[in-house]
Amino acid sequence: MDLKELVTYKLKEKFPEVEFDITDYKEQLAVTFDKKNIVNVASFLKDDPDLQFKLCEDVTAIDWARRKNRFAVVYHIFSLKLNSRIRLKSDVDESDLSVDSVAFVWKTADWHERETYDMYGIIFNNHPDFRRMYMPEEFEYYPLRKDFPLMGIPGSLPLPKKDE
Amino acid sequence: MEKITSREEVSTKILQALLNQETDITIEDALENEMILNMGPQHPATHGVLRLLLRLDGETVMACVPELGYLHRGYEKMAENMSYYEFIPHTDRLDYLSPMANNVAWVMAVEKLAGIEAPPRAQYIRMMVSELARIASHLLAIGALTMDVGALTVFLWTLREREKILDIWDILCGARFTNSYTRIGGVANDVQPEALAKIKWFIEQFEENIDECERLINTNRIFVERLDSVGVISAEDAIQIGFTGPNLRGSGVEFDLRRATPYMFYNEMDFKIPVYKEGDCLARYFVRCDETRESIKIIRQILDKMPQGEVIANNPKRVLPKKTEIYSKMEELIHDFMIVNFGINPPVGEVYSAVENPKGELGFYLVSKGEGSPWKCKIRSPSMVNLQALPMLVKGHMISDVVAIIGSLDPVMGEADK
Repeated sequence: MDLKELVTYKLKEKFPEVEFDITDYKEQLAVTFDKKNIVNVASFLKDDPDLQFKLCEDVTAIDWARRKNRFAVVYHIFSLKLNSRIRLKSDVDESDLSVDSVAFVWKTADWHERETYDMYGIIFNNHPDFRRMYMPEEFEYYPLRKDFPLMGIPGSLPLPKKDE
Repeated sequence: MEKITSREEVSTKILQALLNQETDITIEDALENEMILNMGPQHPATHGVLRLLLRLDGETVMACVPELGYLHRGYEKMAENMSYYEFIPHTDRLDYLSPMANNVAWVMAVEKLAGIEAPPRAQYIRMMVSELARIASHLLAIGALTMDVGALTVFLWTLREREKILDIWDILCGARFTNSYTRIGGVANDVQPEALAKIKWFIEQFEENIDECERLINTNRIFVERLDSVGVISAEDAIQIGFTGPNLRGSGVEFDLRRATPYMFYNEMDFKIPVYKEGDCLARYFVRCDETRESIKIIRQILDKMPQGEVIANNPKRVLPKKTEIYSKMEELIHDFMIVNFGINPPVGEVYSAVENPKGELGFYLVSKGEGSPWKCKIRSPSMVNLQALPMLVKGHMISDVVAIIGSLDPVMGEADK
């Protein structure tokens, strides 16, 4: 059984009520589903003895700018048992930017989710330490959004106050 | 390092992360046993601009909060606004201790997205330069670690070896440090006979020199006791926290992307993956030492097996033609103009391509909308993920161990901050 069949079979068996869109592009498997199932699906993929996607490599988001669901959160997870990687994707609309955090499933998602929040403004519920990652805490914008200009916004990063 | 004496010096959210509910320390009270110490961003032992806030009880670290972003240059944003070719020099500045390996990682991601295949000779050359980059990076990691715990001589010796690799790169591509050697579809130029001779000479004498370095410190009690059983992380935790590369192998997990998902011609190479079970700083140091020897082994095989032929793919719509042809042929001039001005326009799609870099898994996630520049580019940098384990590792150790633990994790802030 190849990876696509295995993952499809396993997911369909465990979550019969969830709609999965499983695509294969350039030998990379992508699983798209609704964002409210993310924690359940993530912990299942991690703990299932046949799959064991124990290594979360990356969490990020895409800003599609003009699409109906403006954002998509993307997870890349790797199975040391199967030596293969899959991509999980969920759409996030601008009206409701919250996604459940997977930092309790994979500890490494902690900083990745903070970075995603910092760059795209996506809110991760139940995150253990929710702060900005790179930008200063007072910064009001989300730099990787498509409406943030490349040159930055003048005055958005104030210089430190000088002691008199 | 300086002690923080007023609440205004630290932002409230960072302070919250540093102090949990049961602690109630008054920063202003000088006689308090617990204190908060600010380490960095300008501190030689943090290997760049890493800032740490440490809550100390006497000399013991109770909590640690790393603050990143002092070198954040927004490369992901910049990548979205330039062509795939233009981003090659920027990858040099990610992990600036092994620029060659980053160049290779980037062009491999783009080639996967655009469906270009580099000729075999180019791929062999890429393998060779990434292994050289691995040696160069590990040499600096070993040297900096030993210097952090007080053995300065080894730092000079490993830097002397690294200098030889930089000289090879100088012949190979004209730059010692920011190489930008690879091109989409191949490499910039074929490897010169002088460069090959120098590489042969280098691998002949290298093992003797790394043995010499190891002999000097491996039996040194001060060095070993500073690292032994310090910053221990179990295999389970290491995977949880997302470790890759030498740090993961130092915890007893035999995971190497060159083996797990072979790319280029690594499946034809015969090499061992060094694994140490202890998971402490010493184990991570040993893994790096052993990996340099394995890299030498790989380079030897590459030099034996390297085929003759072209070093850049023949794909006029996607790969820049040679300069001599641009100046003499109309067709090539047009292609050059189109690629430079409008980019290579890979088909709509997304790929994640990861390679085993000296620091761990360097991945590029590229989303194309069929335009000249990527719609999205995410850099999965190993240093950032490895640094995430720092609070866990330093907890309960002495403040002087923090320096050793950072050194053994081998972070590069250019990559961690992107």
